[in-house]
Amino acid sequence: MSETPGISPLSADDQGPLRVVLAKLGFDGHDRGLKVVARTLRDAGMEVIYLGLRQTTDSIVAACEQEDADVIGLSMHNAGHLTLAPRMVQAVEEAGLGVPVVIGGIVPAEDVTVLIEAGVAAVLGPGASTEEVVAAVRAAVAHQSPAR
Amino acid sequence: MVETMSGIPLDPTYGDGLQPGEYPYTRGLYPTGYRSKLWTMRMFAGFGTATDTNARFHALLRAGGTGLSTAFDMPTLMGRDSDHEWSVGEVGRAGVAVDTLADMEDLFAGIKLDKVTTSMTINGPAAILMAMYVAVAEQGGVHRADLGGTIQNDILKEYQAQKEYIFPPRPSVRLVTDLIRFTTAEMPRWHPVSISGYHIREAGSTAAQELAFTLANGFAYVEAAIAAGLNVDDFAPRLSFFFNAHSDFFEEIGKFRAARRIWATWMKDRYGATNAKSLMCRFHTQTAGVSLTAQQPENNIARVALQALSAVMGGTQSLHTDSFDEALALPTEKAARIALRTQQIVAHETGTASVVDPLGGSHFVEWMTDEMERQANEIFDHIDQIGRGSMLEGVYAGIDDGYFVGEIADAAYRFEREVNAGRRIIVGVNEFTENDDDEANLLSIGHATEEMQIKRLDQIRGDRNDDAVRASLTALVEAAGQPDINLMPSIIDAVQTYATEGEIVAALESVFGTYVETAMV
Repeated sequence: MSETPGISPLSADDQGPLRVVLAKLGFDGHDRGLKVVARTLRDAGMEVIYLGLRQTTDSIVAACEQEDADVIGLSMHNAGHLTLAPRMVQAVEEAGLGVPVVIGGIVPAEDVTVLIEAGVAAVLGPGASTEEVVAAVRAAVAHQSPAR
Repeated sequence: MVETMSGIPLDPTYGDGLQPGEYPYTRGLYPTGYRSKLWTMRMFAGFGTATDTNARFHALLRAGGTGLSTAFDMPTLMGRDSDHEWSVGEVGRAGVAVDTLADMEDLFAGIKLDKVTTSMTINGPAAILMAMYVAVAEQGGVHRADLGGTIQNDILKEYQAQKEYIFPPRPSVRLVTDLIRFTTAEMPRWHPVSISGYHIREAGSTAAQELAFTLANGFAYVEAAIAAGLNVDDFAPRLSFFFNAHSDFFEEIGKFRAARRIWATWMKDRYGATNAKSLMCRFHTQTAGVSLTAQQPENNIARVALQALSAVMGGTQSLHTDSFDEALALPTEKAARIALRTQQIVAHETGTASVVDPLGGSHFVEWMTDEMERQANEIFDHIDQIGRGSMLEGVYAGIDDGYFVGEIADAAYRFEREVNAGRRIIVGVNEFTENDDDEANLLSIGHATEEMQIKRLDQIRGDRNDDAVRASLTALVEAAGQPDINLMPSIIDAVQTYATEGEIVAALESVFGTYVETAMV
């Protein structure tokens, strides 16, 4: 908590802490960044549901339903983001969840626009600060459902 | 006669007391260091189909290279075929795609395998790729005993850091020792394991953790091979290491020097090795990919140069320098060339290669070497304790109870908080930033490779003798059920029927099971 003064973990109408599902899809095993983000969000007062490696869009959707998640954070380091991120967005839509998808990892600038157009809420690149990560997650949730 | 730029003659080494080439090799493995043999500038390559990478190999050999280093794509590294559902978007992207022996034939077509040495970076399915390499060589009339090279085959660090595992740890270590036994008996020029700290450091460990976890894994393989019936001096001379060169210059040099000292003393005192070659910690080094910044990417050229210099002052046997654009994508050809030129500048312009262990005797560097050893010893004590006197059991226990991943995640988070709070400066990231960061030109790889590779895989499946494939896989499953049988001959038989990598992995999984990590933050 001490690292992120001034950022409230609670939503405006105090419905409890935001619930974040964090995962990696498929083969990509680079989990350093995702673990740092998990601790960062936890220290900022959010509830982190850490699924870890080798997840599928189905397993992530199922976790969101079961855990009543507010947002999905996906980490991508294998250049598969243009294929996998839109699939995740589509799976969430098909399940009727209305949960925003935030991507972190190695995404070239020209691909960021493509992902945003495909419905990704935010893309966090290498070197994003704690404040930027927390703010992006909160903004994604606020934009998706202004009531929360 | 070696002289400085200004004509001052230089001895190969300076100082009294322990000399380079003397046990425990703190000051280097050889008395004359890089004067007798410069480090090998081994650059990692692999992309697209086997035919694409084969063309790159031929170009490297025409340019005077004598060693090849193969990067495989993610599906190959994970033991899955190119048409596996998770392979979409990954085929040929971060390395070359290999599904069957036919791809390996294309990969090494026209290359004299008794004349070059080949390094293959693969772990979970290492035994399968090794079997394919042997099969290709023997098709071309080269006997396996004449093959030289290295296969990474270091599965323990996969559970700790890189996470490219397939089977659970114990059967995986059996495959590692089967390969050690096989090469010891039949391939005397081959290095069957490259024990790697690189990925441990990239995952966020400290320098001392990288050092200690890596050497502990090395001790674990030594114990496993001895338990499999080998004499330590029969295989230990063919073990090698792979370390990270990160940005803290003197800490890295202390780490490299401590690695040599610790390995020599443990191999002699604990494992009873008597051959001097068994005591020598030979290592490859790669500069720290994780230190490269996406912001102001050209600054990475300076980072890589300084990291390379620390590896050379630390006495590395070979070196890969990262390209400045790798924080964002695979390197472009120009960026890769600058990375190689950086090594050549260190080798030929700085004079660093003239004198062995040039920092030996520095109060600070000697203290740092001792401090690295002290911290590593604390970690060894813990592993030895949880393994009840066995480093192999200790490493298994540390994988099971989350010790390694927990320590690494703690260190990574501590570093991140320091950067975030501005207590640690990363130039261009949290200080000296500019708003108009130019983005480098990036390499991008299209989808055509994936389509071609899957078409080829279908064709191989159609052309082969399915009865022979089934029979070989049945025999492999049977052998896998008997722990004392070396699996290499059965795997060689299977690849020769053009069984796919995925089929062979599935056969082994039916006996060994599949490893699933407990998700832990």
